[in-house]
Amino acid sequence: MEVTSSGGAPGSRDEEAAAQPPVELPINAVRPPRPGRLIGAAVALLFMAWLAYTIIVNENLHWDVIVSFLMDGRILGGLWVTIQLTVYSMVIGLILGVLAAVMQLSDSPVLRGTSALYTWFFRGTPLLVQLIFWFNIGLVFPSFGIGVPFDGPKLVEWQANELITPFTAALLGLAINEGAYMAEIVRAGIRSVDPGQREAAEALGMSHRQVLRRVVLPQAMRVIIPPTGNQFISMLKTTSMVSVIAGAELLTVAQRIYLGNFEVIAMLIVASIWYVVLTTIASVGQHFIEKRFERGHAALGARVRRNLRPFAKEPA
Amino acid sequence: MTAGHAEPMVKIRSLRKRFGSVEVLKGIDLDVPHGQVVCVVGPSGSGKSTLLRCVNRMETIDSGRIWVDGELMGYAERGDRLHLLPPAELCRQRRPIGMVFQRFHLFPHRTAVENVMEGPVTVLRTSRAEARRQAMELLERVGLADRAGHYPAQLSGGQQQRVAIARSLAMRPKLMLFDEPTSALDPELVQEVLAVMRDLAASGMTMMVVTHEMGFAREVGDQLVFVDGGVIVERGDPREVLAAPKNDRFRAFLGQVL
Repeated sequence: MEVTSSGGAPGSRDEEAAAQPPVELPINAVRPPRPGRLIGAAVALLFMAWLAYTIIVNENLHWDVIVSFLMDGRILGGLWVTIQLTVYSMVIGLILGVLAAVMQLSDSPVLRGTSALYTWFFRGTPLLVQLIFWFNIGLVFPSFGIGVPFDGPKLVEWQANELITPFTAALLGLAINEGAYMAEIVRAGIRSVDPGQREAAEALGMSHRQVLRRVVLPQAMRVIIPPTGNQFISMLKTTSMVSVIAGAELLTVAQRIYLGNFEVIAMLIVASIWYVVLTTIASVGQHFIEKRFERGHAALGARVRRNLRPFAKEPA
Repeated sequence: MTAGHAEPMVKIRSLRKRFGSVEVLKGIDLDVPHGQVVCVVGPSGSGKSTLLRCVNRMETIDSGRIWVDGELMGYAERGDRLHLLPPAELCRQRRPIGMVFQRFHLFPHRTAVENVMEGPVTVLRTSRAEARRQAMELLERVGLADRAGHYPAQLSGGQQQRVAIARSLAMRPKLMLFDEPTSALDPELVQEVLAVMRDLAASGMTMMVVTHEMGFAREVGDQLVFVDGGVIVERGDPREVLAAPKNDRFRAFLGQVL
């Protein structure tokens, strides 16, 4: 590439283009009319305005009550329980999910079978039933202990009634149920990694565990993160099911308050506002975490754009 | 230069390998002396890649024996029985054998220099600072020091393959296996990879190269092996064998690739 004359535009890569002054052909095209879109937008705007009006002027909604309870100590306490339940059960669920997924991909039919049985059972029964079951586990197993299995002597023993509070029952139910779903997500993520990656890592002399931790899981994360974010957002709201065993989370607290002051709708709206706040924050967080795990893949897009640039400048 | 060794670097005897009902290797005997470059050629499906992958036990074998540097691969001999080696021992055996793949298989989530550091840091427990210093030396050697911070997706195929070679060399291998290292490259990128391999051969590295590059075989190879239908059909000095192929199938094959 050599530029002989000084007539070329700066940055031009093409000798021919450099020889002649470039011709500008601007496109100031007139858009065709879109009456349908205009009418649709007008109708949508009108509908939204009407909806907002009816909600704002409706005296049955008691906006003053809603505002006064938004920062109520009991509501904030319930909010904190909801956050705790969500985070703990997602973390435990993720660990269970990775474990079940790795077992599912193992060579041992016993490990594969155990994992399959776990996902089959907990995805096959309603969460509501599981929650009530865990809360009432004392009816089946009055005590828990650490010792020799199959009715051998016990080293330590706890009474189920002391151990199973609404919170631990909720945590057990949510986490174990979540693990069954996460197992499928993690398994899909692991399977999405090119088998050549595993081979390259093994050829370096890495052990199975090192291959999984250093090469396979970081790449699987890219596939695992988006549905896990969805699970997290879904879990924020699923915790409200715990209200059937009086889990002291957001919805339970809201219900307790309206049983006292009869502000049913107002309390439900207070709870809903907090759920929306939580899910919005979680969505923003999900966006940033996804970007973090796009490392190396975002670069691919940049490279494609860079490689296409010379062609875009070439005269037809 | 390394004629003092009595045992070859790689010794393969009566190697057989089956995939399901298809026997892809039907009794292979091959020696790769220390410091030599053996080029394995053959039509696709002939078993040449499988042969290479058996050497570092990426594939299990059905019968026969493979020794690398005098050590039986994959098994321990106790009394008159063979015992399968535990995974940790297999990893130890693979460590000094570098492997370069047709499709590079660089780790896409790590930069070029991080790819080269991965083996030393994870497997050899080298400190990150020391591993980085060695990795930069190796990238310098393959002419890519200025690309150290690039992700694989930002590199051309030829550059990726050179990083892959550097990644293997970071484990200080005594044997390098190349599985069609230039087959996935655009024609103009083939030479930069062959140049690195030529340098490596000149430095005395023992190499097994599955390739279609007859020019490279002629120039760098000490031995050429033609595999067809799971057996070695012809072998010898590349310059002699390529000039006057004796076997009909080899002649037909050369007619197609040259």
